[in-house]
Amino acid sequence: MKTIDRRSLLRSAALLGGGLAAARMPAWGAPAAGIAAMPTLTGEELKLTIERGKWTIDGRHGRAVLINGSMPGPLLRLKEGQNLHISVENRMDEETSVHWHGVLTPVHMDGVPGISFPGIAPHSTFVYEFPVVQTGTYWYHSHSGFQELEGMFAPIIVDPRGPDPVAYDREHVVMLSDYSFLAPAKVLQKLKQEGGVFNYQRQTLGGLLSGRDQTFNERRAWARMLMDPTDISDVTGAVLSYLVNGHGPQDNWTGLFKPGERVRLRFINAGAQTIFNVRIPGLKLSIVATDGQLVRPVEVDEFQIANGETYDVIVQPSEEKAFAIVAEAVDRSGMASATIAPRIGMVAPVPALRPRPLDRMKDMGMDMSSMSHGQEAGPDSHADHTGHVAVPGMAAPAARGTDVMADMPGISMSMLDPLNAPQVKLGPGVQMISPLPRDRTGEPGQGLESVGHRVLVYQDLVALERNPDVRPPTRSLEIHLTGNMERFIWGFDGRKYSETTAPYMFRTGERVRVTLVNDTMMAHPIHLHGHFFELAHGPEGFHPRKHTINVLPGGKVGWDFTPEAGDWAFHCHMFMHMAVGMFQVFAVRPLPEKRS
Amino acid sequence: MKHVACMALLPLILLLPFAADAAQDAPEVPTWMGDFAADRYFDPKAMHHAREMVKEEMGGMRFSKVMLNLAEYRPAAGSDGYRWDGESWFGGDVHRFVLRTSGEGTGEGVESGDVQALYSRAVGRYTDLQIGLRQDFEPHGRTYASVGAQSLLPYWFDLEGALFLSTKGELLARAEASYDLRLLQRLVLQPRAEVNLASQDSAATRTGSGLSSAEGGLRLRYEIRREFAPYVGVSWEKRFGKTADYWTAAGDSRHATTFVAGLRAWF
Repeated sequence: MKTIDRRSLLRSAALLGGGLAAARMPAWGAPAAGIAAMPTLTGEELKLTIERGKWTIDGRHGRAVLINGSMPGPLLRLKEGQNLHISVENRMDEETSVHWHGVLTPVHMDGVPGISFPGIAPHSTFVYEFPVVQTGTYWYHSHSGFQELEGMFAPIIVDPRGPDPVAYDREHVVMLSDYSFLAPAKVLQKLKQEGGVFNYQRQTLGGLLSGRDQTFNERRAWARMLMDPTDISDVTGAVLSYLVNGHGPQDNWTGLFKPGERVRLRFINAGAQTIFNVRIPGLKLSIVATDGQLVRPVEVDEFQIANGETYDVIVQPSEEKAFAIVAEAVDRSGMASATIAPRIGMVAPVPALRPRPLDRMKDMGMDMSSMSHGQEAGPDSHADHTGHVAVPGMAAPAARGTDVMADMPGISMSMLDPLNAPQVKLGPGVQMISPLPRDRTGEPGQGLESVGHRVLVYQDLVALERNPDVRPPTRSLEIHLTGNMERFIWGFDGRKYSETTAPYMFRTGERVRVTLVNDTMMAHPIHLHGHFFELAHGPEGFHPRKHTINVLPGGKVGWDFTPEAGDWAFHCHMFMHMAVGMFQVFAVRPLPEKRS
Repeated sequence: MKHVACMALLPLILLLPFAADAAQDAPEVPTWMGDFAADRYFDPKAMHHAREMVKEEMGGMRFSKVMLNLAEYRPAAGSDGYRWDGESWFGGDVHRFVLRTSGEGTGEGVESGDVQALYSRAVGRYTDLQIGLRQDFEPHGRTYASVGAQSLLPYWFDLEGALFLSTKGELLARAEASYDLRLLQRLVLQPRAEVNLASQDSAATRTGSGLSSAEGGLRLRYEIRREFAPYVGVSWEKRFGKTADYWTAAGDSRHATTFVAGLRAWF
């Protein structure tokens, strides 16, 4: 069924340096003293119970939706090829659901109420049954109401039937999340009441006078367009606590290692509204998988992980000392931190938050630098005009005051030209249409352009195994990510899910190029259920496969996929964006012959 | 001639391979027949119910806001005054019910005050149209039909304007503009202006035709949270022409310039 290129697999194993040594099966997170270990479930018959309870973060109690009494819930440690029979008992007075994020299931086991099943009614039990046909790091979470935001998420690891191509001596799951002590429904209400309500990093007159942030000319240009360059995250550290495995920075979750070991860290971003910048000062990060799919190892110092994504990272600490895992919120309004150390109780210095980034013209899809000849290339474009390849993350900081718009003869710089996206329904929910969106998969994420060390970009990713379907696409579809930040309206092609009349249609087994165009000033991690798609870059047949892709502001991303029959949710993994309408269905027809 | 013909054919020749592609290779995109995959596995009625719920939730949710824009105390030599200006709304992204109230008074009672009940509709990215009724309860009970608009203008100016037609045939207009100048992260200086106009003299409502009154304010607020901000400031107001005469006759002797202290809050 699955084609594996043995040669590349072996090559990569050699690169990883450990040969095909069978990995041990360690407990997935050795906790710090006082932090209870997260339970692990294995086998074919599993049981989950969902109930509301209390959870303590850095000594403060909050309400949470718990799976088997914990947040995150129990790790499901599965084996490729096994069958799974999971009963989910809902002990709450509200409906719930469990979606297996990144796990390929039959269409009626995908766990999205109203799309794949009716949901799990209060005080009832639903049994999920499906074969496990893949390997890697995944997770599961509620797809009902705001339960995911309240802690209803947990990791999944599927071990391969044979030896793991990634050699490692020890592993830890690092599940990042953002928790709000304010009820998520209230958080959303506030976002609807006033744009940017949680942003306490706005530009000020004081900043202008002391020569910080944008210059007066830049501010005037942005104000004229009603765009706020500090609007990086809707929900910020002002209301969120950033967690590692359910624990705050003071709890200091600690994972153990012995010096010299190859430690596999399985990062999962379960954050509802937060993109994280992840680094471990003092250690190189070797990226070996994303979204559960193995990639040729890439060594970086930092990577950005968007909501719903996973990254497997190998680190090899050789010293008898502690290292801090730093997961900074993309808007730098807070961070999650944890420790890996040879012994419990050791701590490493946690670096201070770096200054918050500012959006630039390119985030509006108005980048002139790529068009103007003779001028220097943008600060983070991969290659400058002299042909030198700039190392992502190592670009010289953009000079202050350079983010101004030049008139480009013959090019409409209209921010709302319907001709740029005829399928978008214009109205109060569409603030702008990017005039010049560009492929930004070769660029670091927001704020990582000039951090002074090597940063992962999507174009670094190359699949380790040959893509299962290498046919070229026979048709293409462009989907615009639209929104109005002032009204907090989000949707696809100008429509909220509540306003749509038909799903996006695909033919079973066809090959389609989907291009996502971000017409907003915010990053949107877009997740497609029931599929992996191949990003439209990389060596022939080895395009990186993902289930969630972060589309940068003013950017576009192309990917190819082979639709599976059924109805599949397609949405922004910023839960607040999804909750207000950035959700649609991929309907793939024909469906198989009806069961008798 | 031949050359020209070739030129004319060129686009066609270029397009031909694609046309052929479209006809032979490109699979037709299926049309949606209104069917749902999950209906094959679960009770279609239960699925229908879940579908409607989810669809209504994602984009159709309703929200509300109650806002005190101005709630301030105005110390004065004779009798201390107060002023309020508030708005609340309930509804979705496009259709909303809006309730607004504004007025002022002294220790002796309310001098002027009105309430508006409006239907609001988002008509553009930054603009809402509002239509409804306005009821004055001081200085004279009057009922008006109201038509107005609220908009966020380039450079972040907030602008509101409305026309009011009373049951007695009087036509009034009001416009307000404000701007938030963020001095520091939580310290905001807000200049604000309001003008009132009337098309006729009315002793009953103490308004004269033309520009009847204007107000300018400068308020400095400190946002303890974005939604809770005490402020201090100055307010300058002036009544013009006949309006001023009516109020003087009624014994209004307040200073045109007053210090104000108040609270801006919303939830």
